[in-house]
Formats: sequence, structure tokens, C-alpha cells
Amino acid sequence: MRLASVIKGGVAIAALGVIVAWVVTRPDPLPDDAFAGLTPDVAHGEQVFWAAGCASCHAAENAEGEAKLVLSGGMAFASPFGTFYAPNISSDPDHGIGSWSMQDLGNAMMRGVSPSGQHLYPAFPYVSYAKAETQDIADLYAFLQTVPADATPSRPHDMPFPFNIRRAMGGWKFLFFDTDWVLTGDLTPEETRGRYLVEALGHCGECHTPRNALGAMDRTRWLAGGPTPDGKGKFPNITPAALDWSKADIIEYLTSGFTPDYDSAGGHMALVVQNTAKLPETDRAAIVAYLKKVPPVE
Amino acid sequence: MLRHLTTAAAVTLALAGGAGIATAQDGPFEMQIAARQGIMAYRALQLGTLGAMAKGEVDYDAAAAQKAADNLMASVALDGSMLWPQGSDNEANPKSEALPAIWADGSDIGAKGKAMVDAATAMQAAAGTGLDGLKTAMGEVGGACGGCHKAFRVPQ
Ligand code: HEC
Ligand code: HEC
Ligand code: HEC
Repeated sequence: MRLASVIKGGVAIAALGVIVAWVVTRPDPLPDDAFAGLTPDVAHGEQVFWAAGCASCHAAENAEGEAKLVLSGGMAFASPFGTFYAPNISSDPDHGIGSWSMQDLGNAMMRGVSPSGQHLYPAFPYVSYAKAETQDIADLYAFLQTVPADATPSRPHDMPFPFNIRRAMGGWKFLFFDTDWVLTGDLTPEETRGRYLVEALGHCGECHTPRNALGAMDRTRWLAGGPTPDGKGKFPNITPAALDWSKADIIEYLTSGFTPDYDSAGGHMALVVQNTAKLPETDRAAIVAYLKKVPPVE
Repeated sequence: MLRHLTTAAAVTLALAGGAGIATAQDGPFEMQIAARQGIMAYRALQLGTLGAMAKGEVDYDAAAAQKAADNLMASVALDGSMLWPQGSDNEANPKSEALPAIWADGSDIGAKGKAMVDAATAMQAAAGTGLDGLKTAMGEVGGACGGCHKAFRVPQ
């Protein structure tokens, strides 16, 4: 009798645990009216596209010029949890996202949820994009409809169990999906714009901020650099503790890719520069104003 | 005590000697590698002149800008055919940062070189005509240098 009730209690608690886990891991889409009343601006959507660097991952590797707009997918990301491949997000209705609604794109970028209600993996930097303005997502949506359709099928990820279970991402998101600004306090309009470009669209922290054992950005060491996911290289510290280049030097780096001694930006940063080079100079200056403002971390 | 010091000195000497032997033993194509690295450094030097103006560190000077752009063009136009022999990559000689991919089948090193010629030509046409043109050309040159380095040079 006593034993039976203990068992029952145990079962009840276990069941409760399952229910809590189920709720916690449940995808959490945007409200239905998130985009109500917004009029998209295609030309501005192109600016958002470059600021957010979508082509760096979704265009074919080594694509240049016009080919950067063919978002057939392909870039591979090695991680301790397996290898991800960026999918086709061209305007193709079958293999790309041509049949997606604005709400669908918003849910993917701001909540990490696919149209079928599944969690997306954070190799897609939605933890950063979640801070974007809905007007910018609407503009981007309109622009993405103008890029060429491509029928290359998306390549499935190589992920071992249990990381291949999308539902498992729910717990991760519950723990790490923090959409508060990292840099707070009194900011000039230029620094505020810079914060938006660095923390949200430019997702600079996704590479330059070290990650914890579960792969989440360590906000206490914001932009302080760390090892690359394959463990072979290093992302440099770009807080003022390490990045002592002048404002003009950093602006030039984000424009032409030249370091102060006229060597070139390498690795993935070369791709980032291809994007920042397309922004208005005022935006690059805003990024630099922000970088000069973040707390130095040794 | 003295014996210990002597042993330590002997060890140090042996180590130093070993290091000396290692550097004295040159890898293949030392000259070619040194020459091409020198040409690269010469390009970086010219860009230093142009970049200082683009950044606003020094006032725009049309004559100085034109000279640097002419020099850059000259470095690009040099006959470099003898500088890149097969087997002079970084695996064959660690002094080089050139990736074997340069010589692999389907390598588009030629296209990267062509992009450099185009960018240097644009710079030569623009540098003396005003700061805005110089800045635009600077972006193109940066893309051409960086585009080749990304594909064909050991990541820094
Ligand atoms: C750092 C690389 C990276 C960047 C930058 C990036 N993505 Fe992705 N994206 C991915 C990966 C990897 C996935 C696959 C995620 C998954 O399968 O859960 C993905 C998935 C997606 C999906 C879901 C596609 C589907 O079929 O489910 C959409 C939509 C998308 N990205 C759009 C964008 C847009 C728009 C941008 C720019 C604002 C962007 N991505 C920037 C890597 C990236
Ligand atoms: C996809 C990964 C990635 C993203 C995203 C990224 N970076 Fe980088 N960044 C790198 C790598 C790798 C380097 C080192 C490049 C090298 O060694 O040539 C670097 C270098 C830099 C440097 C030069 C630092 C130094 O000391 O050499 C600056 C400045 C910089 N990044 C700023 C930014 C900014 C601003 C953003 C966002 C707009 C950004 N990065 C986004 C990977 C990234
Ligand atoms: C067609 C390809 C290509 C182009 C274009 C190119 N480089 Fe290079 N660069 C290389 C390679 C390959 C190396 C490594 C050479 C070696 O170490 O053997 C290199 C090395 C360098 C180095 C390091 C030299 C050293 O001392 O080790 C500098 C600096 C450099 N390049 C600057 C530039 C600049 C500036 C430009 C543009 C004006 C440029 N490069 C254009 C391929 C290129």
C-alpha cells in the first residue's frame, strides 16, 4: 500500500516533469498580427539583407557578385553537435521558401520556428535576429521574393542522436534565448544604431562571443573572442581590451577588408566584409561607435 | 655546480646548433617564395599611401595617390610566371603561406589574378581624380586582394 502510493507519487511527478518539459520545449510562434499594417519597402529590404549577412551562409560557397543572390544553400557548419548545412532559401516554391508567408519568415527569424511548427537549430542565428524590428523583416521578406528561384534540394544535416531531435532544441531555447540588449545604458543615436547592427542584424556575437558547453553565447564575455567551432582557429577579441585600432582603421576594415598593415581580412570575416562593404558608410561608422563603447573584456 | 652549468651550457649550445642547422637547410623554391612575398609586401606598402587618404589620416594629394596607384599597377603587371612553380606551396615549404589549391585541378587562381588586374586598373584611373573615386576603388582592390587570399592563402 505504502509502496504503491510511493510508486504512484513517483509516476505523478514523472508525468508532471514530462508535461513541464513538453510545455517548456513547445515552439512559441509570434502573435498572428505581428506584421499587421506594415508596408514592405523592397529597396530597404536589400539593405537589411546585406546587414544581416544571409548570403554568407545561404549562397553557394565561393559565390561572388550576382551569384551571391542565388540562395541555393550549401555552407557547412561543423559543430560539436554535428554538421549543419544551410538550406535553400531561394524564391523556389518547392525547394526554397517561395511559398512562405511573411509570418513564416518572421517565425523562423525571430522565434526559430519553421512553418510546420518545428524548432530550427541555432546555427541559423535567430537568437540575434530575434532582436530585429518587424518592419525590417517585412522589408527583407519583400526583397527575398525578388531573388532568383533555384531548385537545388537542401542537404540534410549530419547530426547524431540526440541532437537530431528538433524538439530537444526547445529546452535549449528556454535556457538561452535571451533577447535583451547586451549593451544598455545611455547611448547616442549612432551607438544605438550600431547596437542594432551588431547585436541584431549583423549577428557579430555569434562568432566573436565565446560559447558555453551547450553552445550558447556567454553574454558576460560579449565579443571577447574564442575558439572556432572546429577547434582549429580562433575568433579574435573585438572588445576595446584587444581591438585597439582607430575608428578609421575599423571602418576601413569593414569597407575594403584591409587591416591597418594592409593585409586582408581572412576566413569567415572575409565574407562578413563583403556584406558590411555594401552598407552606407554611416552604418559602418555606427558599428564602430558601438564597438568602441562595449565593455573591454581581457 | 660548475659541472651543472657546463652541462646546461652544452645543452643550450646543442639546441642552438640544432636550430641553426634547421634554418640552414632550405626548403624548395626559397627564392621564388621570397620574391613573391616581397611583391605582396610592396603592394601593401602602396596601399598604405592610398589607405591613409581614404581613412582621412592624411589630406588627399592627387599626385601622391596617382603615384601609389601607378606603382600598384606596375606590381600587378610584373611577369610573375616564374614565381609560382609547382611544389612551392606551404606543405612543401613552411615558409610559404600559399595553399596547394593554387595548383589543383579546376583552380580559379587565373580569375582571381584577373580580378586583381581589373581592380588595379580601376584604381589607376580613379586615384588622381578625387577622394571619392579613390575610396570606391579601394573597396574593389580590397575585394580582389582578399578574394584571392581567402581561397589560396593559409588563414591568418
Ligand atoms: C551563420 C549562417 C546563417 C546565416 C547568416 C543565416 N542563416 Fe538561415 N539558416 C542557417 C542554417 C544552418 C539553417 C538550418 C537550420 C535548421 O535546419 O534548423 C538556416 C535556416 C533558415 C531558414 C529555414 C529554412 C527551412 O527550410 O526551414 C530560413 C527561412 C532562413 N534560414 C533564412 C535566413 C535569412 C533570411 C537570413 C538573413 C537574415 C539567414 N537565414 C541567415 C544558417 C544561416
Ligand atoms: C562568421 C563568423 C564571423 C562573424 C559573423 C563576424 N566575424 Fe569578425 N571576424 C571573424 C574572424 C574569423 C576574424 C579573423 C579574421 C582574420 O584572421 O583575418 C574576424 C575579425 C574581425 C575583426 C578584426 C579583429 C582583429 O583583431 O584582427 C573585426 C574588427 C571584426 N571581426 C568585426 C566584426 C563585426 C563588426 C562583425 C559583425 C558585423 C563581425 N566581425 C562578424 C569571424 C566573424
Ligand atoms: C591571385 C592571388 C593573390 C592576389 C590577387 C593577392 N595576393 Fe597577396 N598573397 C597571395 C598568396 C598565395 C600569398 C602567400 C604567398 C606565399 O607565402 O608564398 C600572399 C601573401 C600576401 C602577403 C604576405 C606576404 C608575406 O610577407 O608573407 C601580403 C602582405 C599580401 N599578400 C598582400 C596583398 C595585397 C595588398 C594584395 C592586393 C593589392 C594582394 N596581396 C593580392 C595571393 C594573392
